[in-house]
Amino acid sequence: MKRISRREALKRSLVGLAGVASATSVAKASAIGTHVNPHTVMTGGVPAGAGLDPTAFLTAFDYGVASKRANGQTVREYRVTAVDRTIEVMPGLFYAAWTFNGQVPGPTLRCTEGDLVRVHFQNAGTHEHSMHFHGFHPAAMDGVFEQIAPGGSYVYEFEAHPFGLQLYHCHTMPLKRHIAKGLYGAMIIDPKEGRPAAHEMVMVMNGFDVNFDGENEVYAVNTVPFAYQAQPVVLKRGELNRIYLVNLLEFDLLNSIHIHANFFHLYRTGTSLVPHDYTDTISMGQGERHILEFTYDKPGKFMFHAHQSEFAELGWMGLFDVKGEIA
Amino acid sequence: MIRSRTFWFVLPLALLGVLSLVVVKGGTLSRLARGLPPVEELTVDRVRLTPGHIILDVVNGGPDPVTIAQVMVDEAFWTHTMTPDRTVRRLGRARIDLPYPWVEGEPHHIKLVTATGITFDHEIAVAAETPTAGASYFLTFTLVGLYVGVLPVAIGLLWLPFLKRLDRRWIHFALALTAGLLVFLAAEALHEALESAERVAGAFQGTGLVALGVLGAWLLLQAFSGSGKGEAGEPATGNRQRLRLAFLIALGIGLHNLGEGLAIGAAYAQGAVTLGAFLVVGFMIHNTTEGLGIVAPIAQDEPPVRTLALAGLLAGGPTIVGAWLGGLAYSPLLGTVCLAVGAGAILQVVGVLYRVVAREAGETVWTPLNAMGVAAGLVLMYGTGLLVAQ
Repeated sequence: MKRISRREALKRSLVGLAGVASATSVAKASAIGTHVNPHTVMTGGVPAGAGLDPTAFLTAFDYGVASKRANGQTVREYRVTAVDRTIEVMPGLFYAAWTFNGQVPGPTLRCTEGDLVRVHFQNAGTHEHSMHFHGFHPAAMDGVFEQIAPGGSYVYEFEAHPFGLQLYHCHTMPLKRHIAKGLYGAMIIDPKEGRPAAHEMVMVMNGFDVNFDGENEVYAVNTVPFAYQAQPVVLKRGELNRIYLVNLLEFDLLNSIHIHANFFHLYRTGTSLVPHDYTDTISMGQGERHILEFTYDKPGKFMFHAHQSEFAELGWMGLFDVKGEIA
Repeated sequence: MIRSRTFWFVLPLALLGVLSLVVVKGGTLSRLARGLPPVEELTVDRVRLTPGHIILDVVNGGPDPVTIAQVMVDEAFWTHTMTPDRTVRRLGRARIDLPYPWVEGEPHHIKLVTATGITFDHEIAVAAETPTAGASYFLTFTLVGLYVGVLPVAIGLLWLPFLKRLDRRWIHFALALTAGLLVFLAAEALHEALESAERVAGAFQGTGLVALGVLGAWLLLQAFSGSGKGEAGEPATGNRQRLRLAFLIALGIGLHNLGEGLAIGAAYAQGAVTLGAFLVVGFMIHNTTEGLGIVAPIAQDEPPVRTLALAGLLAGGPTIVGAWLGGLAYSPLLGTVCLAVGAGAILQVVGVLYRVVAREAGETVWTPLNAMGVAAGLVLMYGTGLLVAQ
């Protein structure tokens, strides 16, 4: 039997948490504890303090504030603030996260290829942070050498290229911790000609190392374990679905998705309009992201989950609820 | 300045009270406490397995309350109930019920996740159904106790007629041998007590508990074994004195066997030990030497059989009680206390043995024969201990 020693516990608390966040986490713990039935805790369910509504997050796209330049180019201005926030990852389980705009994952930024993207970044956290975007941009916009101190700000500006599914994350050392604590999000650069009409969803595969031992205890898409089991993702029969799937899982080398009773067309990194594969399971390393397209013809509940069974049982498991007449 | 004695006794206490009040009420506490999460500690005290169910008893041995947010079994979040509350206060206990299809004979790994994300692990080394208190249960553990405790000690007692035929020199050898046996047992018990202390919830201070148990038992027996009065005047070789010593040894061994029975019962109930024929025979041989120790001081006397039987029961009987307790209500705390008390009791008996031989033999306690006796006792225990080794 392994017991966590006082020293370990103290060490964990010293490195892990900023004072303010932890004080609120303790207060919340007791407050939330009384909300749920004190005797029974179902493992699933979306906790009140999660920091985001997983169902709303699926379809929330931040197009920024758009304007046109004289040459006809669209300019999109976004505001992103890094802020410490203790989030309730599972019912009763609190994690002192570092967030973009108070949520993990950060907002899904969306634009069209060729747009001028201008991200007004502000660091309201307690550590240095930055934003590093995948895609083409000048060195000074790479978020590696320009570290933004607490209270500081920076404007990232670049033309959106190439089209596809991109991502962004903090690139401050120690990198592992800055990512693991929640500083990441998806960025969609649409092709100029657009994609076929579809029901579009963003899924960021992530996890949390709640005891800071260098391994995840909790796995999910969009932060909350089992969220889409408690609130299944409703799909329409016969309608084309498009998932923007990003893997930002820290510590584990691989993550994956498997959808039940169906196959999907896979567009690697979303950089081509011709599918690369037709399959029902795909493995991804950290930073890999793909676009999945599929249609359900039969009604009912279908599971989707990581095909690492361990991840699935630790939270990365959800349901599609296919409803209605064939569109 | 002349004041009453009571005044000078109470004054420091009163000042301490005032100081405590200042610390608690005076706002200095906020300066001492940092805004860090609580130091959490949680110990799984006991695990019970019933078909399709795992039941955990947890103890909070840390300074702060602990709230359990989630429970994982074998790397999967699992639905469970917790009573009386999800928050376990300092030194408090709680019970967690997990409906889980555990697999007979295989290990299972449980992880408790607290609200602040700290995790506490517990390994069920070999899953086996926990026995429930019933006729068959008591019969099994009575048999275990009889085999490894009562009967071997009784057999050892039968050496009495043999010892009677020895002269004083060899009786001292036998007493020295007994001391060797006991020192070995004490060392073993102490080791096990300290090992068990590691599993005791932090606030209960396992190591301190061992010191308390060992010295407590030693001091208690010392105070009541009559070594203080009478002995200095009377010849120590009196009939009654020797019988008292025999009973003292029996009591010490009995306390030791209580701990041993507890350990066997707990291990058996948790499926960690299969009491194979070889192991039982090993314990039998090991414990037969304990019977020899009891009769060594009274070798020159003619104790009635009833007295002998009583001494045997005192030494061996607790094995049965220990085995019952171990299977039904084992906790690291109970185990540690029993083992420590056993060690203390045995050490006290060793001291008494030394004084007996010293009084009878005068200056020359450490004759080559006596020294060899102690060594022989240690070697004998070591040798028979090999039979018990897993």
